[in-house]
Amino acid sequence: MMTKRTGRILSRVLLHTTVIFIAFLWLIPTVGVLVTSFRPAQDVGNSGWWTVFENIFTSARFTLMNYKLVISRLGIGRAFLNSFIITIPSTIIPLVVALFAAYALAWMRFFARPFIFMVMIALLVVPLQLTFIPILYIFNKLSLAGTFPGIWLAHTGYGLPLAIYMLYNFISGLPEEIIDSASIDGASPFYTFLRIVLPLSVPIIASLVIFQFLWVWNDLLVALIYLGGTPDVAPITVQISSLVGSYGQDWELLTAAVFISIIPSILVFFGLQRYFIRGILTGSIKG
Amino acid sequence: MYTKKLTPWLYLFPALAILGFFLIYPSFHTLYLSFFNRDSSMFAGINNYLYAFTNRIMLTAFRNNALWVVVFTTLTVFLGLIFAVLFDRVKYEVIVKSIIFMPMAISFVSASVIWKFVYAYRPFHTPQIGVINALLRAFHLPPVAWLIERPWINNLCLIAVGVWVWTGFCMVVLSASYKSIPKQFLEAARVDGAGEWKIFWKIILPLLTPTVVVLATTMVVFVLKVFDIVYVMTNGNFSTEVIANRMYKEMFQFRNFGRASAIAVVLLLFVLPVMLFNLSRFKREKL
Repeated sequence: MMTKRTGRILSRVLLHTTVIFIAFLWLIPTVGVLVTSFRPAQDVGNSGWWTVFENIFTSARFTLMNYKLVISRLGIGRAFLNSFIITIPSTIIPLVVALFAAYALAWMRFFARPFIFMVMIALLVVPLQLTFIPILYIFNKLSLAGTFPGIWLAHTGYGLPLAIYMLYNFISGLPEEIIDSASIDGASPFYTFLRIVLPLSVPIIASLVIFQFLWVWNDLLVALIYLGGTPDVAPITVQISSLVGSYGQDWELLTAAVFISIIPSILVFFGLQRYFIRGILTGSIKG
Repeated sequence: MYTKKLTPWLYLFPALAILGFFLIYPSFHTLYLSFFNRDSSMFAGINNYLYAFTNRIMLTAFRNNALWVVVFTTLTVFLGLIFAVLFDRVKYEVIVKSIIFMPMAISFVSASVIWKFVYAYRPFHTPQIGVINALLRAFHLPPVAWLIERPWINNLCLIAVGVWVWTGFCMVVLSASYKSIPKQFLEAARVDGAGEWKIFWKIILPLLTPTVVVLATTMVVFVLKVFDIVYVMTNGNFSTEVIANRMYKEMFQFRNFGRASAIAVVLLLFVLPVMLFNLSRFKREKL
């Protein structure tokens, strides 16, 4: 009969095996892409990427050619730059606009406040699809379609509801005494906002920056609609999706392009993971 | 006095103007357009809605969206829960959690390419370069064309990509809730001789139910609009069409704004219950 002790050891072994197996399972797809992006085209077509681990000291060959090719010839270099040009303003503008709105909703009393609040909550779940046709029509009239300012504005509009909601949750939770004492001391609302509310809100602002950055960096649909796949302005997601169409079997190229697209978001993500998680928790649990 | 009344509106104006322009006005305009023909020149009554609810491909899209909602939501929340509880018991929790969470930083476009490579299919007796078909080969089984085998295998394979990306999100949220359960609860149950299974079902799960509900609604709202994965991996071919991809096609490929608008309105109808639920919850809690 099994003793209690061996039983416990057995269940520990089972636990660790399961956990490590799961982690392994989750990693494999990404590792495959990373390895493939450094292999020469003929090798990629002839053998699985995992074979490099068997032949690492013998026949496995590695190259930077794929990266060179996708960056200079397949437009990934340009698209990478475009993604930054799109993402940075699309992150900052909604944040600033939302900060003012969230502060007013949280700490000012005015006519129609509950109504405006309800509208913001309702807008949180409105499908973007519902807005594409009229906005594209107006964008075409104003020559904003296919331009960076156009997509900055669009991302600002689409990012605002969540931004206001998250900032409101945080700012309305700031201690009342601090806000009140400032206004008793004669500080104007703007002074209170700038000198008291903003510095205290740095953690949630950080979360929001990551949210919006990742959302815009990874967005495909909004870019497809308003930029229409013009190579001069297309972000990296649009460029990759069009490469899937034209180079669908050239895995060494696709994987290199994918890996380039992942680098900035992974850096932001791991650098600021703490804030990202905090953002998720204020955004979805307290909701 | 005047300025005092005006101040809140000054703070709110940019946000309200942008939300009005990008979300509120176009929603109503789209509703209006949905009753007109393809170029909005003639009144079409409910024809576009008849199309949306009776067309064969639309019906396939509805079926697939239902499949996405059920399978994606169940798997992300359930796996997230299992992972949160399981990883809490190992010392290297931070590392495995980061591994599961990491795909959140990857765009759906890149995730689709990554997984297309995992599913890569070559005829029997040629070297397989996709991980899964290589595994089958190792067991002397014939390869499967994962993205073509309709209607269940390919749709489930697409859903798996979404699950790979979003399980980390659910895990992080549930892990935070799980860690807030006082450990004495679980210890007391253990002392009373309850097994780990029983503790999970009778103590942990009931305590986490509110979080699970919020999380599940978030996932449902999100996945109803699924687009990128389908667009990149199959573009809706082989019976994998979904509502959002159909709307995109009607808008850009077929230039039928009436139908595209009606499909967008249908999407709104699906999230409407969640919107009303959120609104009533907020009325109770915040105002």
